[in-house]
Amino acid sequence: MPKRTDLRRILLIGSGPIVIGQACEFDYSGTQACKTLKQEGYEVVLINSNPATIMTDPDLADRTYIEPITVEVVARILEQERPEALLPTMGGQTALNVTMRLHERGLLEKYNVQLIGANYEAINKAEDREAFKRAMHTIGVDTPLSRLIRNREDAMSFLEIVGFPAIVRPSFTLGGSGGNIAYNREEFERYVDWALLTSPVGEALIERSLIGWKEYELEVMRDLNDNVVIVCPIENFDAMGIHTGDSITVAPAMTLTDKEYQRMRDAAIRIIQEIGVDTGGSNIQFALNPANGEMIVIEMNPRVSRSSALASKATGFPIAKIAAKLAVGYTLDEITNDITKVTQASFEPTIDYVVVKIPRFAFEKFHGSNPILTTQMKSVGEAMALGRTFKEAFQKALRSLEIDRCGLISLNGLDQYLPGDELDSSLSERVRTAMQVAHPDRPWHIADGLRINISKDEIFAATHVDPWFLDQLEELVLFEQRLLNQARIHAREIAGGSMLDELFDSPAELELLKDAKRLGFSDQRLAQLLDVTPAAVRTFRRDHLPANDVTYSRVDTCAAEFEAFTPYLYSTYGHECEARPTDQEKVVILGGGPNRIGQGIEFDYCCVHATLALRELGIETIMVNCNPETVSTDYDTSDRLYFEPLVEEDVLNVMEVERPMGVVVQFGGQTPLKLALPLARAGIPILGTSPDAIDRAEDRERFSELITALGLRQPRNGAARSGEEAYAVASRVGYPVIVRPSYVLGGRAMQIVYDEQSLRQYIKTNIMTTAQYPLLIDQYLTDAIEVDVDAISDGVDVVVAGIMEHVEEAGIHSGDSACSLPPHSLPEDLIDLIRTQTVALARDLHVVGLMNVQFAVQGNEVFVLEVNPRASRTVPFVSKAIGVPLAKLAMKAMVGHSLRNLNFTDVPVTRHIAVKESVFPFTKLGNVDVLLGPEMRSTGEVMGIDQDFGWAFAKSQAAASLSLPQMGTIIMSVKDGDKPGTVDVAKRLQTLGFKLQATRGTAAYLLERGLDVESVNKVKEGRPHLVDHIKNRQAQLVVNTVGTASSHNDSLPIRREALQQNIPYFTTIQGIQAAVTAIEAMKKSSLTIKPLQDYHPV
Amino acid sequence: MAWNVISSPLMGEDEGEGMTKKAILALADGTVLEGRALGFEGEASGEVVFNTAMTGYQEILTDPSYKGQMVLMTCPHIGNYGISPEDNESRRTWAEGFIVNEASRRPSNWRSELSLHEYLAHHQIVGIEGIDTRFLTRHLRTHGSQAGIISHGAGVNGSPDDLVAKAKALPSISEQDLVETVTCNSTYEWNEGTGAWPQRLNASGQVDPVPARRFHVVVYDFGVKQNILRRLVDEGCTVTIVPASTTAETVRTLNPDGVFLSNGPGDPEGVSYAVPHIQALLGWRPIMGICLGHQVLGLALGLSAYKLKFGHHGANHPVMDLRSGKVEITSQNHNFAVRLPSAEEHKSLLETPWGSFQATHVSLNDQCLEGLVGTTVPVLSVQYHPEASPGPHDSSYLFNQFRTMMEQAHA
Repeated sequence: MPKRTDLRRILLIGSGPIVIGQACEFDYSGTQACKTLKQEGYEVVLINSNPATIMTDPDLADRTYIEPITVEVVARILEQERPEALLPTMGGQTALNVTMRLHERGLLEKYNVQLIGANYEAINKAEDREAFKRAMHTIGVDTPLSRLIRNREDAMSFLEIVGFPAIVRPSFTLGGSGGNIAYNREEFERYVDWALLTSPVGEALIERSLIGWKEYELEVMRDLNDNVVIVCPIENFDAMGIHTGDSITVAPAMTLTDKEYQRMRDAAIRIIQEIGVDTGGSNIQFALNPANGEMIVIEMNPRVSRSSALASKATGFPIAKIAAKLAVGYTLDEITNDITKVTQASFEPTIDYVVVKIPRFAFEKFHGSNPILTTQMKSVGEAMALGRTFKEAFQKALRSLEIDRCGLISLNGLDQYLPGDELDSSLSERVRTAMQVAHPDRPWHIADGLRINISKDEIFAATHVDPWFLDQLEELVLFEQRLLNQARIHAREIAGGSMLDELFDSPAELELLKDAKRLGFSDQRLAQLLDVTPAAVRTFRRDHLPANDVTYSRVDTCAAEFEAFTPYLYSTYGHECEARPTDQEKVVILGGGPNRIGQGIEFDYCCVHATLALRELGIETIMVNCNPETVSTDYDTSDRLYFEPLVEEDVLNVMEVERPMGVVVQFGGQTPLKLALPLARAGIPILGTSPDAIDRAEDRERFSELITALGLRQPRNGAARSGEEAYAVASRVGYPVIVRPSYVLGGRAMQIVYDEQSLRQYIKTNIMTTAQYPLLIDQYLTDAIEVDVDAISDGVDVVVAGIMEHVEEAGIHSGDSACSLPPHSLPEDLIDLIRTQTVALARDLHVVGLMNVQFAVQGNEVFVLEVNPRASRTVPFVSKAIGVPLAKLAMKAMVGHSLRNLNFTDVPVTRHIAVKESVFPFTKLGNVDVLLGPEMRSTGEVMGIDQDFGWAFAKSQAAASLSLPQMGTIIMSVKDGDKPGTVDVAKRLQTLGFKLQATRGTAAYLLERGLDVESVNKVKEGRPHLVDHIKNRQAQLVVNTVGTASSHNDSLPIRREALQQNIPYFTTIQGIQAAVTAIEAMKKSSLTIKPLQDYHPV
Repeated sequence: MAWNVISSPLMGEDEGEGMTKKAILALADGTVLEGRALGFEGEASGEVVFNTAMTGYQEILTDPSYKGQMVLMTCPHIGNYGISPEDNESRRTWAEGFIVNEASRRPSNWRSELSLHEYLAHHQIVGIEGIDTRFLTRHLRTHGSQAGIISHGAGVNGSPDDLVAKAKALPSISEQDLVETVTCNSTYEWNEGTGAWPQRLNASGQVDPVPARRFHVVVYDFGVKQNILRRLVDEGCTVTIVPASTTAETVRTLNPDGVFLSNGPGDPEGVSYAVPHIQALLGWRPIMGICLGHQVLGLALGLSAYKLKFGHHGANHPVMDLRSGKVEITSQNHNFAVRLPSAEEHKSLLETPWGSFQATHVSLNDQCLEGLVGTTVPVLSVQYHPEASPGPHDSSYLFNQFRTMMEQAHA
């Protein structure tokens, strides 16, 4: 069927901010959908609150609303834009949920909007547990055996059927919380009693546990003609019990016979037909009993998902793009496969390599979080690698994670262990214990278990990792041991000669080195095992095995059956290289690798813009990245894509094949920046700002010299190599101080310390201060306003593109605070001063490209906190706020174009205000504190844009899922230092008609100043206390600021409860001040929305 | 959990000496690749073809259609799930040799009883691993399928050049009668269905009860895959398998309700002796053909067969049903195909002395003819494998259509 002509305008809903479980993959899918629908001639109306997305670039959709994704806002868009159709399947759960509410409130009907892709009934059938279960049973697909019970007798009789372990869940508790796994009768009875008591309806669900079953995912595509194809079967390395987003996953499925796979495929087809997803991609998860092959369906996502992005990148089949085409009426056989150009999309990719995805976690940033993997997803990013075998792909994926592990290293000091060596029995117990725990480190502990010869049966029993995977790990360990063994034999013979020359002095021994590379060992890991340098390994290989160097293979969807036209490549050590580099003028762009806190989608956005800019200039672009979620790893984003780890060895390999005119390291965050020096040493030209300038900005001493030379100020600071020295430095600098170890990035272990006693405590708990890594101590500027500046320079002119005033005070990580562009309170003369200083810094550093400076303003003093001569997290936000594609311009400047020629010498005057707000993963990581501090913990950001600060802030809060109340009760409990600031807030709230409650101290202070405040108990003061009020939802907003560490703990339940109840809370005075301004604005005028294209008319 | 103690090549020579033996693959065009020995020790030759299926190596090894061929699997890990007795497609293995990137030494699957290596050794199949199978596939794609030799073990005599020369001297599979070696010696009955692995589920996802044994089908065994027989049983047929050389007269005396022309190896011209018998049966009883059976039927209807450059071997081939416009993902395994007199024939009727025929299915990859149906005679044939095994079950309905034809013939 050809495409539909009855549709003209289509609304697409994005997924909002990056949160755990919804990351860049929805920018990838949304961007593909926007591009595709536009190419097909439709007008695309888009809503997404996340400015750091490619999809919200003003030229991707026709009308781009960077507005909160709420029913109210989307309804307004429907009213304003009158689209005929809404495509709800590209924006994750966010888009599905808002679509469901729109339907339920009759708004789709009211505005005559048709759902395409999946209709309400289909979404509901897939999402509603009971409806899904019923649907599965009508088509003969098994679901986990479960029964609702209302008393213990029924529970006991059902236990006879499900057996142990059994899952007991109270019904209808908030957020599905409270599930327990019972392993024995006593536990079972206890959990059942508890569940019946906890459930508001006195009902509990008893469910058969599938823990330890094998887990699979199928990506399914269906068109309006009922053609169905499976894009890829994915097998989880981690068995059931660990969320698939937190599992290591592998494509294709490794341990399914054809009979088992076809049975799963048949079930998947029946499921998508029964659920009734009309078109597009769905993801279906299955569990398989390893003992007898029993198959159970776990769930279905009736939309494009994280796994779809993974399957797309794993196979080269562009799921989102094709899903968009199917949604407007095309059938699979009408769509050409871009890669082969001769075959159609109605086929099933077959792959001749192995894909491994490994999640990346950030538990270290969340004190109180529980680093145990469960069915609640906790990872913040992922890396993917391709190799000719599982072993190769797995080892590449390990180093792609960038967690300072160059492979399957030992976490227990067993790197040099060989069977027969002495082994401490406590060590072997430690490995055994570590293996039991579903911790992100488990694969490494399994390797250690194999090193010390713990049987695979025992490891399987402890981990449920399929024996096939254990075998693969064992092969790696055995190979290492073979190498070590050889090395030991030769070590005796070496007298001053090189280990490598001795070790590999015969053709048979050289085979060993070839095998090592084929198995995916990095030079760094080999160097570690053989006690030489990675460079020595590389040089040795080049000298002795020139014919066995790295080769690149193409991802072609068809296992080489047809010729591939799409240059999507991965490295391996094979027989021939398919890279086919051109002689064109070309530039390599290094991406940002897996998402992590502090380095996420913003950098991918910049990298994509770099390729777009170079394309406009006719320069060939080559992307290197290993994050499967991203737009940058789409095969049509750049001219060639190398899906490779972003580590020195793999990046240098690409450089040697491609020989580019230069490499871009300033757009992908810290990851490529770290590679600047090794690349420069290898003779690869670094485009833009020189590595030396980067070093001047990053090296503490050189930076101080720079500041002094320019006559600027920075906070007093010093470095200490011992406790005593630290106390001396701190007292010279003056308390409070900010302390951090020098080698960590992204604010890790950074803390504000108020007195010497706390400093002693800090040093005690962070015993990482060594001579090599001194402790850094900076003056903490109290009550200072922090300002972020993004500037761009071509080496001659400097344009200060955006000055952002933080809402929260200095000391809170810039990535975690809200900010406003233009500044909402700074006086003009200070803004000018900041601008002048920025220009001076850029000139002195000879910045070519982007630069970010962080300032603190204390009174009338301006301090320079940090200079980063690279793209910053705020580049996309500033670009969207001022309507200028900064990253693109910077890229053009970096290849020699002047800002004057690019017509960018000044920032356009805007009449609106844009507010950026951060989004946090607190609800997902256990009992962590929500207080903001110098360590960054946000996963994503949103933008609110409007005519005034109040509305812009209000929108930013709504976009971050905080709905500011218009009436009701406000509970306040603030530290002494904040009490004066509370008075104004309280007065304004009272004027707005809110009822005020406060804890004793705060209440007394406000009462004295003539405010009408009711006193409430703190938790320690007896009941009912303020947490009871929050639990009963008797408060509509909570203000809680704290000073000392002990008060942190006392007040933690307040903040946690507000978080759990989804009641807006503010932990800084500046935050609540902004919120009050927002509430005032909302009361004064009503919501207006405007697309980006109207804010920045061309 | 049973761990088969076979050492890995990664363990080192002292621990697994037998496994680190070198092996050589030589092609007729002079390409020589070195790898490691797998399976039976010795030398094997045949036409090298690649198969892109990601599952089903056991079914492939036991598919008689691979007689005369050495199979290269493009999937990089083979042998992962071992060998299970239910997954055989015939009483023995037929592929002449097996070429893989990496063979798993220890299988992991609840049904597995043997490792791939053990199985190959037991069935005397010479294999080779450690081959860059992508390189070889690209080579065959560009230069076409060709003869090759795998050599290892005590039997290796001679240099790579000698092996290439030997490969060059191998006869082409064109016009050879490979069927002769794979067909049964005498008539036999078959009564086992797909059992635990049903392919046709009704709208409720249940297996339809096996219909009463209403029909008797005679299967011409050109190298039949057992799943064809199982599917016929599922459809309520009693099945009699007869040798490829069986005459029409003999078939008539068996008095079947339908005649089935099975898959098989090689060039349909090699079994031209079956043509007159098929011609004699056309119109007498409903006929269904698969793969080689489809090609021989084509010859009987006066069509010509040709050899494809590197054949269709895989489980992901899209085929369009020209009548409904629906696409089936199919399992395919053929080097030859039949051609309609002209491209327009895909749309128009083909008139033959035995009645009118119509193209029903076409490959979306290369427009190759994939299916025919008689419009005036009850005949149905497809180039691909609706019995799957390995591969998708999308086309399983064709067996149902065959049953319907027999029902109508009775009515």
